[in-house]
Amino acid sequence: MSIAALNPANHLRRRIGDFVMAIVCTAAALIGLVFLAWILWTLIQRGTAGLGLHVFTEQMKTPGQGGGLANAIVGSLIQVGIGTLIGAPLGMAVGIYLSEVGHKGKFASLVRFVNDILLSAPSILVGLFIYQIIVVPMRGFSAIAGGIALALLAMPVIARVTEDILKLVPDAYREGSMALGARDSTTVTRVVVPAAFGGILTGILLAVARISGETAPLIFTSFGNFNWSDSIFSGPMASLPIAIYRLASSPYPEWVDLAWAGALIITFGVLALNIASRVSLALATRGRK
Amino acid sequence: MFATKTRRAFARTVAALALFASVGAAAATAEQITGAGATFPAPIYTRWAEQYAAQGGDTLNYQGVGSGAGVTQIINRTVDFGASDTAVAPERLASQRLLQFPAIIGGVVVAVNIPGVDGNTLKLTGPVIADIYLGRIRMWNAPQIRRLNPGMNLPALAIAPAYRADSSGTTNIFTTYLASVSLPFQTTIGAGNSVSWRAGIGAPGNAGVAGAVRNTRGAIGYVEYAYATENNMQVATLQNRNGQWVRPGTQAFAAAAAGANWANAPNMAVSMINTAGAANWPIVGPSYILIPKNPNDPEAARRVLAFFDWAFNNGQAAADQLHYITLPANVKTMIRQRWSQVQANGQPVYSGRR
Amino acid sequence: MSVASEASMHKPIEGSAKFQLGEFLFKGVLFTAATIVIVTLVAILLILFSAGKGAFEHFGPAFIWLNQWDPVRDLYGALPAIVGTIATSLIAILIAWPIGFGIAYFLTETCPRVLRQPLGIAVELLAAIPSIVYGMWGFFVLAPVLSTTVQPWLTEATMWIPPIGYDFFWFQGAPIGVGLFTAGVVLAIMILPFIAASSRDVLLTTPQLLKDGGYAMGSTRWEVLTNIVIPAVRGSLFGAVFLGLGRALGETMAITFVIGNANRLPDSFFAPSASIASIVANEFPDADQGSLKLAALFALGFILFLVSFFVLAIARLLLRQERMA
Repeated sequence: MSIAALNPANHLRRRIGDFVMAIVCTAAALIGLVFLAWILWTLIQRGTAGLGLHVFTEQMKTPGQGGGLANAIVGSLIQVGIGTLIGAPLGMAVGIYLSEVGHKGKFASLVRFVNDILLSAPSILVGLFIYQIIVVPMRGFSAIAGGIALALLAMPVIARVTEDILKLVPDAYREGSMALGARDSTTVTRVVVPAAFGGILTGILLAVARISGETAPLIFTSFGNFNWSDSIFSGPMASLPIAIYRLASSPYPEWVDLAWAGALIITFGVLALNIASRVSLALATRGRK
Repeated sequence: MFATKTRRAFARTVAALALFASVGAAAATAEQITGAGATFPAPIYTRWAEQYAAQGGDTLNYQGVGSGAGVTQIINRTVDFGASDTAVAPERLASQRLLQFPAIIGGVVVAVNIPGVDGNTLKLTGPVIADIYLGRIRMWNAPQIRRLNPGMNLPALAIAPAYRADSSGTTNIFTTYLASVSLPFQTTIGAGNSVSWRAGIGAPGNAGVAGAVRNTRGAIGYVEYAYATENNMQVATLQNRNGQWVRPGTQAFAAAAAGANWANAPNMAVSMINTAGAANWPIVGPSYILIPKNPNDPEAARRVLAFFDWAFNNGQAAADQLHYITLPANVKTMIRQRWSQVQANGQPVYSGRR
Repeated sequence: MSVASEASMHKPIEGSAKFQLGEFLFKGVLFTAATIVIVTLVAILLILFSAGKGAFEHFGPAFIWLNQWDPVRDLYGALPAIVGTIATSLIAILIAWPIGFGIAYFLTETCPRVLRQPLGIAVELLAAIPSIVYGMWGFFVLAPVLSTTVQPWLTEATMWIPPIGYDFFWFQGAPIGVGLFTAGVVLAIMILPFIAASSRDVLLTTPQLLKDGGYAMGSTRWEVLTNIVIPAVRGSLFGAVFLGLGRALGETMAITFVIGNANRLPDSFFAPSASIASIVANEFPDADQGSLKLAALFALGFILFLVSFFVLAIARLLLRQERMA
């Protein structure tokens, strides 16, 4: 730090400089909030036009016949469900490995590094990957392909959060368990994981929120469907993000309205999940830091 | 304590998902015809399917997966029929033992946004539109456009051409037209579902192109007639092959369909682009159905043909509503005769209504 | 997260250290899961390459710098997509970096303590909005606004800047609304929360003792930041930017709506362009199984994966460096 900076003669100028920067940074934060508010406002304004009970109870229909998004909503629930059922145990196992077994070993460090990369890797490439290894051999799009793609996107999120949360569990728990003669597996499954379960659930909720809005990987895997699907193993299945994508680019104004309604539903659903996960994290880690 | 509670909540969520899954499965019926392919006719096929099912017919599940994917799927026999906006090459039809027939016709129109000018009165020719999309005509007051519109107060405004970003049959029909009337367009760009545009912006879907036209001063774009009508867009008048100025509309499309040379077209792959006739709209195209001549499941093939037979007889109202054009009566008869080529054990699978 | 506990799994008491099937299976399952993470990454790389090999074989390495994308003639090259991808990401970083850093500084230093958490969460919620919603909003709402306000103004203001060569005209061209610039702005909003959150975490890691030293010498908060904090955590701050860049490169749905989807080199920042992800999403539905076009799309995916991998790897290495120190 230069001595000039500490010269009292510059005091006022330095104070002003500090104040100006504080204002500029406050403005930066405001910009972020303005965009959040703007997007949410657009969604409410345009989304409510097409919203109604029928959106949840009726399947997609051709223009002029009414119709809703029920098949897309259920399709999303099924695929996100598959993604979570596969991705959550996998991600938890990875997180437990990193925190309880691998620690700072070479292999664990590599896994941690690769997991962090998968966490931010382009989701469209996961879609292409699943297309090539599942859709092509199975000769067609399917909900299971979509679900697996989503599982690969959920896994790194859950692994990361699980590891971080398990590290917050005090070592006294582990030592106490071992002092009682418990095995490693017992210590982890009966003591460490239950103590951190709220936090792990946070990770799962965050992952569900992330994969619920994913569109790009589903283009190549479950594809989207105008109707109800009769199988999760063969044939395309509708999903909310894909339905929004197709309806928004359609020729019919009522379909575009429906797309906005879908966007409203999915955004507020995902935001609610996010807030729920933060609340659950706050509850789970209360008094532990 | 907390842990067990949340774990129970998790179990409930899983149970709820499973319930939804079973509801979804129950809503579909066993007797289903499946088709996949072109996106352009998807709304009308789906509407017909709704009406057919309401009258006690089979359920049709049509997937607008794109023409290319539709052809792939019917070749793999993973669907009961395929649909394509482009005619499949005769050799490929023969080697894959596929019957091709048109099922519906659509028109493409040229929408414009020129401030101070009523776009509906604007006159354009194919070569001029081609030059606009080639980037050769860049201003609305260019001499080539003024010559076609004497007395119109065309502004000195840059032209912003808009096109479909996604691969689409609409693009195919439009570029086929431009390539047929403009040699430069044919040699530098050519025709296809997705082409290498030299000028302009790509927007996703009809809505994208229409939005680009509406939001951009000086824009020009091509959209399906249904879209332009639904959204009250300003569409240009075009000069057809006979030199007549025609306004787009179902009449003009039907005239083009009737004027096409159906009888001599191999595999019914008829061109409706720039046909001769005083009232013909120049940018019209059919969408095709592909069905195996040697179906693995003859009963499914019969159901498909019965569905289209029903649609040919009863589909007019729905087509009018969604702004599609049905086939001329003589063409329907011609198609019904060809259906006898779909055979099992040497016998046609479908022989008229049951 | 703080408190990285050094907990190690102590070996059970000597006597009971005999082989136990349960323990073996338990660790085996965990190890397998960890291995799946690595296998996934390697498999994505191999599958994308093998499916795209046809394009590399057909066009040679020139596929990367060929300036063409012509499905009618079956000619494919990656250059327009690569340029569009990099240009939009750089515009996004140039906008999001200063704003994101400003937010981080605000949240760690000047913001009233009560508001820190709610405001931090609000900014992070931006990251939760699905990208397709950004796309619709960008296309239907933001693009028309930009085309009538920011774009004409920038065109006026930058008239004097000479073009690069005879090809690239900076901010000239028709203010269409969609194009490189709008895509960059939408991307900037999307990566803002990532940059802000990781920058904030980095700023929070600076030891209070260091900062207190600065304050004791009479420095202002801003001086402490620029003279003490930033030099201490510079690497990590770059890590935050690379993380944002990694996100921006592969974004698909939002870009597809607003980039203008022109598969050719742009002639200005307002010109429509395409990114690797947008081309793959747009062209895939019409690419036949076994066609050269499908191979070209996979080859594009492979290139995107390599680029993202390196950018994200740099980000993680930079971010970890400080965490270890």
